[in-house]
Amino acid sequence: MNKLKGKVHKYDRDNIDTDVIIPGPYLKIHDHKELAKHAMEGIDPKFPEKVSQGDFLVTGGNFGCGSSREHAPIALSQTGIKAILAPSFARIFYRNAVDGGYLLPIEVDEATFKKIFDGDELEIDIAHNSIRNLTRNEQYAMKPFPELVAKIVEAGGLMNFKPASN
Amino acid sequence: MTLTEKILARASGRERLSPGDVVFSKVDRVMMHDVSGPGVIKVFSEWEKKGVKIDHIWDPDRVWVTEDHFVPAADRVSAENIISLSNFTKKFGIKKHFKYGLGQYGICHTLSHEEAMVLPGEVYVGGDSHTNTTGAMGAFAAGLGHTDIAYVLMNGEIWFKVPETMMFRIEGNMPDYLMAKDIILQIIGDIGTDGANYRAMQFEGSVVEQLTMEERLTLTNMTTEAGAKNGIIEPDETTFAYLRERTDAPYSPAHCDSDAEYSEVFTYEIEKIEPTVAKPFSPGNITVARELQGTELDKAYIGSCTGAKLEDLREAAKVLKGRHVKIRTEVLPAAQSIYMKALREGLIAIFMEAGAVVGPPTCGACCGAHMGVLGKGEVCVSTTNRNFPGRMGHVESQTYLASPMVVAASAITGKITDPRDVTGN
Repeated sequence: MNKLKGKVHKYDRDNIDTDVIIPGPYLKIHDHKELAKHAMEGIDPKFPEKVSQGDFLVTGGNFGCGSSREHAPIALSQTGIKAILAPSFARIFYRNAVDGGYLLPIEVDEATFKKIFDGDELEIDIAHNSIRNLTRNEQYAMKPFPELVAKIVEAGGLMNFKPASN
Repeated sequence: MTLTEKILARASGRERLSPGDVVFSKVDRVMMHDVSGPGVIKVFSEWEKKGVKIDHIWDPDRVWVTEDHFVPAADRVSAENIISLSNFTKKFGIKKHFKYGLGQYGICHTLSHEEAMVLPGEVYVGGDSHTNTTGAMGAFAAGLGHTDIAYVLMNGEIWFKVPETMMFRIEGNMPDYLMAKDIILQIIGDIGTDGANYRAMQFEGSVVEQLTMEERLTLTNMTTEAGAKNGIIEPDETTFAYLRERTDAPYSPAHCDSDAEYSEVFTYEIEKIEPTVAKPFSPGNITVARELQGTELDKAYIGSCTGAKLEDLREAAKVLKGRHVKIRTEVLPAAQSIYMKALREGLIAIFMEAGAVVGPPTCGACCGAHMGVLGKGEVCVSTTNRNFPGRMGHVESQTYLASPMVVAASAITGKITDPRDVTGN
């Protein structure tokens, strides 16, 4: 997988839930572009305007807790977000992001989380599990994807992934 | 092996499984509703655009569908989602489609037990995070997103990382002023909203043995709020008797091994738990109801898969009987069959005589969808499961989560109230 490069949008808050990422009334919407207009509406209604294609979201732990709505990773990815860096993710959000091939949920430790600031420019090298902060000239490690998740990421989502005989 | 490990081992054709193993597990039952269904349909259409031919699904008889979130159709978009859901079930030969206004229908998690759609020992996945609920029947039950559900519809299997199991033992004699809701709120308050992330939460002990099936379902329902992959209770005579009234389908329950390993064991003495409330804006932000007495409310809501089962309505009615509500109060039974039973038992008359409005089964305002959403600054006490900012309406509204008894008592006083302070018990 190629290196990813983009700007950081940081929200220093734990437990950002799916009601914040894409509020309940929009659950009836299944048009991906329309969902993007409401991404992160519960925390920052201007979020979609701020994001450029390829940017990163950096947030506190347990990101995406709450409902199973796949609208959440869809809305974020449609704004242009390519990866989310957080100390931890809620399980359904994590697998929706990976299995749908929308964006990468990247786990980083608390120390790394604190070193990255809003507006920083990052380059993420998935193959080497490393993150370079171009703004601060620093290097961090990301937690490697578990084996199966890495294969699904490589395939671009579960649809393109053929499990070996079980 | 634990109960969760035993069920996943059987479904993935393994002799033995340990936490951390990743397996492709066969699925016995799969569910989608009027929010996840159209999402799945969208995934199918994306796959078709990429050249995948989809003219049939894996097993239409193992799939069931309900209309619950935006019904009765909240607006044109909701109505059209329901049309596309109907077209989908017709196209792929899915016979179990519970439609509103056509006999039995209701909230998916309520139908899963009320209609015995899932049986002990089975692997059940649903396009909804509270699919965990059904684990109280001794099944492995977990929520998934649209892509995963679409994958299951095509392949009849899905990947899981085998979770560690946290065991919660609840001991003692259940007092009549407490409900399972108080227990699970206390647990979430103790372990936190990420306290069970990626793990299974299992419940046992003398209190769990005493609890009815519906009350057990409240425990597993809110394991989702602690981040758990699944909640589970070993099936016993209570489970089997509940099922005998609903189905004659055969099933093979799984049981824990005596040497099962748990990542943590928590023991609670029920006598130490009091009527409990989760304050805004987290299900883990708990305190006892009496600490909050005097908190002014605008509305009381008795609804959802968590808090509008038949026993939830019975307990609320006991408190409301012969009394009047002081704030706007809404009661929405969780399924048509429960509504009917409540009607026959006289509960609906008690609610209406108290001044409450009784609405049709729907997820409704629990997820801020429709039918009673909160306006800016409004404060609600609710039998539902989540109180994140904006969950039930405006981002500046507030929701306190509590048992049906606490919600009923609070409806009468207009302030957060311990049921003992109304009924005098």
